[in-house]
Amino acid sequence: MKLVACVKTTPDTTATVKVDNGKATWGDAPLVINPWDEYAVEAALQMKEANSGTVTAISVGGEDARIALKHALAMGADDALLISDPALANIDPQAVAHILAAALQKLGGVDLAFFGRQAIDDDSGTTPAQVARLLGWPALTLVSVIKVEGSSLRVERAIEEGRQIVTAKSPAVISLVKDIGEPRYPSFMGIRRASKAEIPSWSLSQIGIPAPSNGIEYLSLENAPVREVVCEFVTGANPQEIAEDLADKIIGEKLL
Amino acid sequence: MNTLVYIDHFKGEALPASWEAVGVGKTLGKVTALVFGAGLETLARNAFEYGVDEILLADEPDLSDYRAELYAATLKQAFTQHGCDVLLFPTTGRGRELAAMAAIDLNSAVLVDAIALEANGDKLTVTRPIYGGKVLAKVTSSLKPQIITLRGRAFPKPALQAGKSGPVTKIVAGTGALTIVEGYSTAEGGVSLTDANVIVSGGRGLSENPSLHPPAGLDAKQSEIWRAKQGFGMLKEMADAMGGAVGASRAAVDAGYVPYSMQVGQTGKLVSPNLYIACGISGAIQHLAGMRSSKLIVAINKDPEAPIFKLARYGVVGDLYQIVPALTAVFKKRLAK
Repeated sequence: MKLVACVKTTPDTTATVKVDNGKATWGDAPLVINPWDEYAVEAALQMKEANSGTVTAISVGGEDARIALKHALAMGADDALLISDPALANIDPQAVAHILAAALQKLGGVDLAFFGRQAIDDDSGTTPAQVARLLGWPALTLVSVIKVEGSSLRVERAIEEGRQIVTAKSPAVISLVKDIGEPRYPSFMGIRRASKAEIPSWSLSQIGIPAPSNGIEYLSLENAPVREVVCEFVTGANPQEIAEDLADKIIGEKLL
Repeated sequence: MNTLVYIDHFKGEALPASWEAVGVGKTLGKVTALVFGAGLETLARNAFEYGVDEILLADEPDLSDYRAELYAATLKQAFTQHGCDVLLFPTTGRGRELAAMAAIDLNSAVLVDAIALEANGDKLTVTRPIYGGKVLAKVTSSLKPQIITLRGRAFPKPALQAGKSGPVTKIVAGTGALTIVEGYSTAEGGVSLTDANVIVSGGRGLSENPSLHPPAGLDAKQSEIWRAKQGFGMLKEMADAMGGAVGASRAAVDAGYVPYSMQVGQTGKLVSPNLYIACGISGAIQHLAGMRSSKLIVAINKDPEAPIFKLARYGVVGDLYQIVPALTAVFKKRLAK
């Protein structure tokens, strides 16, 4: 099977993100593979192990995008591909979807394209569905379990009400939730291999598409308002007294 | 402005965020609801009572299960026949996916997960949280129709007008299904986290009750999980007393205490209940990102320095195994109808 994992580089979840001069900044917090995309790589590797094939990691972006690609290689991806072009500065998620769809077509013969459910920087969560729509492939989103049954895929999707069990034929787009399994840690050998890997880079003209235009206009960024709360500590002689006092206060807020 | 609002539902039962989207649509002008599925008379009636002016109804057995490609094609047909200036969706799993596909199908753009909306003439500006809610972005688009998904519980639910009715226009289902739905397995019972008014959440500390004695024959890890399950059972009892749901920190999920579907945080569910009670949760930044928009936050923790107290309005420094049962007893007594 020809398997692709689409990955992105983001600040770490523990980063303190602040707006400075209208731009999001995160000090010296490290850039990492988008945590959701680790599940995409993990699912692709599991699929390869169960059915043989190759796993290619793809990222759209600048030099920072190599961080996510190197992590995918260190986890065990066979190769990586960077799509980079000066025309791609500050593009929106839908433009990324157009580029990824074109790249998947250019690669040719792809059976499954794996995505994380969303990137933790932009939090859009729309790219997998849009790539699927552009390619005319089934969008199997928010998937927690994948089984290959002959030429069919059987997946369980996380929905608000529980899980929806769906079958479809490949090629398909699959976005993952955490239940797929904890992403493996890169091995020592994997890290060595990744650090030496030469990652090829494609420009838009190599994929054969013009630079997609942004549909979204970004007007401004601001820090989320800080909650102005001072915690009132409830104390008492015993748990019952504390519970009575705390319940009074909670009920007094008239939110229940 | 003419607005189409997609009513997200499961087997005829609307998700509350759908009605909130109707309410937002009403502030912009006329609202036409898109109701797709099978056997939806009751849902359609409800939609009028929440203020919808007109319904485009695709009610066919083929649509009985949500399937992205089929619903997206139906939506495209509805738009082609009816047109609109604005297309609103609730930010649910299905709503987000359909909005993303509609942006492709209608050559527009999608502004995801709005928590505020501002109209300047006929152009809408959206405020949306990014970086797990640490930053708010203002975004807009000049493309038409304007496609926006609205975060649940960020906008008020419109008041019910009993008996209100209106015109229903039948539309036919689109084609091009690429999936077959084999069935469902339900979530563990109870109120859904994202819809809950009250959430009681637990962390790793839930496995540390010293007075519990696990059954013989369990190894250390099994005993720890057994203890944690008793701990989360205790939280469930308190949540039940308030008609609420139980959540968990990432640490508790990673330790195998509870399923991932209960995780609150940047890589779990984003919640904004009226009341959030954090029990034995220290307040890692990624957890805070998932619950910081809760109206009232209460924290119970043995560590007075825990970061969760910085967000909490009320705090108790103490043993949650004593406080929680006492609090549950009081809530049961005080909230009994």
